[in-house]
Amino acid sequence: MKITVDEDKCCGAGSCVLAAPEVFDQRDEDGVVVLLEAEPAQHLRAAVREAADVCPAAAIALSEA
Amino acid sequence: MSTPARVLVAGASAAGLATAEALRRKGYTGALTLLGDEEHVPYDRPPLSKQVLAGAWQPERSHLRTREVLDALDAEFLLGDAAASLDVANRTVHTESGRALAADAIVLATGVRPRTLPGQEGLTGVHVLRSLDDALALRAELLAARRLLVVGDGVLGAEIAATARGLGVEVVLAGPQAAPLAAQLGPLASGLLAELHNENGVKLRLGAGVDGLTTDAANSGRVTGARLCTGEVLEADLVVVALGAIPCTDWLEDSGLVLGNGVVCDSRCRAADGIYAAGDVARWHHEHLGSLLRLENRTNATEQALAVAANLLGADQPYTPIPYFWTDQFDAKLQIHGVLTADAEVSVVEGDPAARRFVARYARHGKAVGVLGWNMPKQARLHRRQHLGGSR
Ligand SMILES: Cc1cc2nc3c(=O)[nH]c(=O)nc-3n(C[C@H](O)[C@H](O)[C@H](O)COP(=O)(O)OP(=O)(O)OC[C@H]3O[C@@H](n4cnc5c(N)ncnc54)[C@H](O)[C@@H]3O)c2cc1C
Ligand code: SF4
Repeated sequence: MKITVDEDKCCGAGSCVLAAPEVFDQRDEDGVVVLLEAEPAQHLRAAVREAADVCPAAAIALSEA
Repeated sequence: MSTPARVLVAGASAAGLATAEALRRKGYTGALTLLGDEEHVPYDRPPLSKQVLAGAWQPERSHLRTREVLDALDAEFLLGDAAASLDVANRTVHTESGRALAADAIVLATGVRPRTLPGQEGLTGVHVLRSLDDALALRAELLAARRLLVVGDGVLGAEIAATARGLGVEVVLAGPQAAPLAAQLGPLASGLLAELHNENGVKLRLGAGVDGLTTDAANSGRVTGARLCTGEVLEADLVVVALGAIPCTDWLEDSGLVLGNGVVCDSRCRAADGIYAAGDVARWHHEHLGSLLRLENRTNATEQALAVAANLLGADQPYTPIPYFWTDQFDAKLQIHGVLTADAEVSVVEGDPAARRFVARYARHGKAVGVLGWNMPKQARLHRRQHLGGSR
């Protein structure tokens, strides 16, 4: 699984951080999403999928590569 | 309830799509149908008053998912057809075009529609903003307008005013409150918002409600402005009415479901056996607050959909979120967690309002009820956890 984020779309809600804190963080200055792990380990995938689905700005895209 | 073999979702937008996605993520393999009255694939509304209205985004950028992701959901999308009635006993939705869609479980996610002023429908030059089509129609006229009048001093009105001002149009914002969002945010934050709008050239005509729209003596059918309840007339060649919204429950009137400012649900978001509601249309019993609550914000659409999906699959869990919404106006990004009230005791817990970067804690009788972040999204979330608790 490969994650890409669209910083432009991110509204700083932080839902992704709550769903998968190992994979997502937010910048201190403006709250924009920070991707900690672009290719997350197997055990994190369910959480990452949830993070992508709950992001209120559809800023997180997943591909199965 | 055993796992339903067929799930039908009425309303194919944020809450409807999130319900479908959550069902699949949780392993649901049955049939899934999403019925939506709009022709568009599911798109996001928050950018409509911001990036889309400003022209910074092409409309497609507001789409919530790519075609491939929607296909992978393995759901049937019936778009451009509206739910017209619900037969609760047989769990069947009848549509405008004559379809009869039966299912074992039905999720109501039809959202809300804008409230309008009397006489508005007959006039040109008057807009509301709820759909993508609304945003594009407003934008088209905005580019040629000299003076926009925004009727409504809530979140949507203030955002539209800010975006329109960014396009160089003269903007007047009218409404009954002392400052934009005063009822939601209280004097400190709404005062700062008023300052921000002033500095950026939005003319605030606040403190008097709008009584009705005006048209010229020749009765051309085009709006010329609005009349305040003080009798004063504000002139404009373009008007947006942003006076809040009404739940889309007309089609449920004969269903026997309890309606009252939304679809009334129990703490599981259940309106009747096998029938649930999610998003802006749902008014459910919030067990922690001990009252019925209906939220109109983007994260609730998703989180409530998650709760509904879980309960559909047998979780039997109450939905008890800490409400959250954000708004962007000019360079201000506000994050609002919890239930703020205008009379709450407000204390700044980080940053500095003068620097327009701060987090404030709202309390009643000494107990924290909310957290507001101004250009400090991450910090606001951390304070939320500290002051409001909760798992999210
Ligand atoms: C311009 C704008 C800006 C916003 N900005 C923010 C923001 O910055 N932050 C924030 O937190 N929230 C914001 N919101 C609120 C947020 O967009 C909503 O809370 C969210 O869209 C609710 O999702 P929903 O799926 O419940 O309802 P909706 O998005 O309204 O979707 C309901 C869908 O059902 C359809 N429908 C209605 N009746 C029928 C029927 N009979 N049959 C079939 N389909 C039907 C509707 O056409 C619509 O497509 C904004 C809303 C708007 C309009
Ligand atoms: S959930 Fe989405 S909008 Fe919120 S911080 Fe994460 S990426 Fe940004």
